[in-house]
Amino acid sequence: MNSVTNKSIQSRRRFLENISKAAGGAALFGIGLGLYSQQSKSLPSTAIRPPGVDNESDFLSACVRCGLCVRDCPYDTLKLSRLGEHVALGTPYFDARSIPCEMCEDIPCVKACPTGALDPELTNIDDARMGLAVLIDQEACIAFQGLRCEVCYNVCPVQNKAISINRQRNSRTGKHALFIPVVHSSDCTGCGKCEHACILEEAAIKVLPTKLAKGELGHHYRLGWKEKQKAGESLVTPDLEHKYNLPQGTEYDYEGKGLIQPGSNNSGDHQSRGLVQPEETPFNESALDRLNKGHL
Amino acid sequence: MVRNIDKVIGQDAVVKKGWLVAHKWLLLRRLSQLSILGLFLTGPLFGYWLIKGNMTSSLIMDTVPLSDPFVFIQTLFTGYLPEIAIVTGAVIVTLFYLTVGGRVYCSWVCPINIVTDAADWLRRILKIRTSLSFSRMGRYGLLVISMVLSSITGMLVWELVNPVTMIQRELVFGMGLSWLFIVGIFILDAFVSRRAWCGHLCPMGAFYSLIGQASLLKVNAINRASCNDCMDCFAVCPEPQVIKPALKGHAKSSPVIYSGNCTNCARCIDVCAENVFTIKHRFIN
Repeated sequence: MNSVTNKSIQSRRRFLENISKAAGGAALFGIGLGLYSQQSKSLPSTAIRPPGVDNESDFLSACVRCGLCVRDCPYDTLKLSRLGEHVALGTPYFDARSIPCEMCEDIPCVKACPTGALDPELTNIDDARMGLAVLIDQEACIAFQGLRCEVCYNVCPVQNKAISINRQRNSRTGKHALFIPVVHSSDCTGCGKCEHACILEEAAIKVLPTKLAKGELGHHYRLGWKEKQKAGESLVTPDLEHKYNLPQGTEYDYEGKGLIQPGSNNSGDHQSRGLVQPEETPFNESALDRLNKGHL
Repeated sequence: MVRNIDKVIGQDAVVKKGWLVAHKWLLLRRLSQLSILGLFLTGPLFGYWLIKGNMTSSLIMDTVPLSDPFVFIQTLFTGYLPEIAIVTGAVIVTLFYLTVGGRVYCSWVCPINIVTDAADWLRRILKIRTSLSFSRMGRYGLLVISMVLSSITGMLVWELVNPVTMIQRELVFGMGLSWLFIVGIFILDAFVSRRAWCGHLCPMGAFYSLIGQASLLKVNAINRASCNDCMDCFAVCPEPQVIKPALKGHAKSSPVIYSGNCTNCARCIDVCAENVFTIKHRFIN
């Protein structure tokens, strides 16, 4: 009897030891893994996600790394991150400088996704926002030297909307124009064809993840001219009518006293400076009443 | 009952049944593992897309979706509601393993099994004996941790480091540095601790063990009366603790190996000269 209890105590002890060893080891490992996972959320700026990814962290909770989007990409644009690359392991991305997105109208990569990590509600490829093109080096871009290029403008699939050419005066020659490409975030899909086509050794226009490329105005900001347009009228109180014409009976003292009203020694108040017409005066003649109202 | 460690495991079976019969299940398993990998490779290598994707999620002939339930469950734990395709795929695969045995995934499908079996084989022929052992509960700990971390961080955390899906993916999509994990797992299993990865640490194996708890096909020590205590089955089994209750239980106990940890690899059937084991559905006692 005694040996049986001993044995069961022993085996229970061994079991508890085993469990706590396993739990301890796993917890320790979990802490490290959790920290690593936070680090792996950062996406390198050259890695562009396929169409239908609005938000990197939503994407990382849904993508199972099956590679079906990669297989259905007809241009071999997409690839899966391999161990050793700095994109979250196994997830699809592309490098616009080597192979950009060709913006297929039927969006086969989104259709192939079994989980919805690539949003199936994206049906018009022009609505995709894979990233945002930025003319990042104005020193190297030859358009800024006054040379004609406009290759990025010409290859852009959303032509004239995502990139337009803004003509500026060439101050070097004084008589020519600069044909400056300007990207508009309202229409740029981030396909990267501009970066791919840029004629420089290292592209002057690059597609960056939208989060990196876009600034954001403070939410309290209102642009006066836009608000005015929206409201159809000015939103600030109109200026007071100009009242500095000398009113009746008021003189101007050039010696430093300014406006004075003969007959009044109270030269500091509005009335004496001529800001208030004598007939508009809010002041009562009674000194006691003025005191009660706080007007000294 | 002291096992002679110099004896080659399964020698008696080879003598009695012939080499081919004594390796039947092993050969079938290798054929299964390699042909599944081969099916995934016919597309990228030869342009015949019988099956697209990789083992976490795929599409057969552009119609039938298959998805790994372990990875699928992780996406649920992140709080994401996935599309119907992956749900269907995960249900199909779960039903399959509920029929053939949960850890049939480990022994008949997963290519890592070839690596860990090779490591164990090397251990046997070089007579490597190491004392370090991990807890067999460790894999369940990692399973819990991977799910908890998924819901805390909202991302598939285990899939950032999962050597199993990583190696499978890179075998099909082009090898990155994951071959280092192949080497690492081999070294771990051969020189650090016996059957460390598949039998003690892999949370994916732990997940399939849970499916195996309820699965239909089971190894059955139906002729246990003729067991001659040669211990070859214990020596060759990757989860030897599962055999004892069925083979050495008291007379009225069930000869069925119910444990979900059993991988249905059927090597015990191969190496047994007395034909003690067979595979039956779980309701035959």
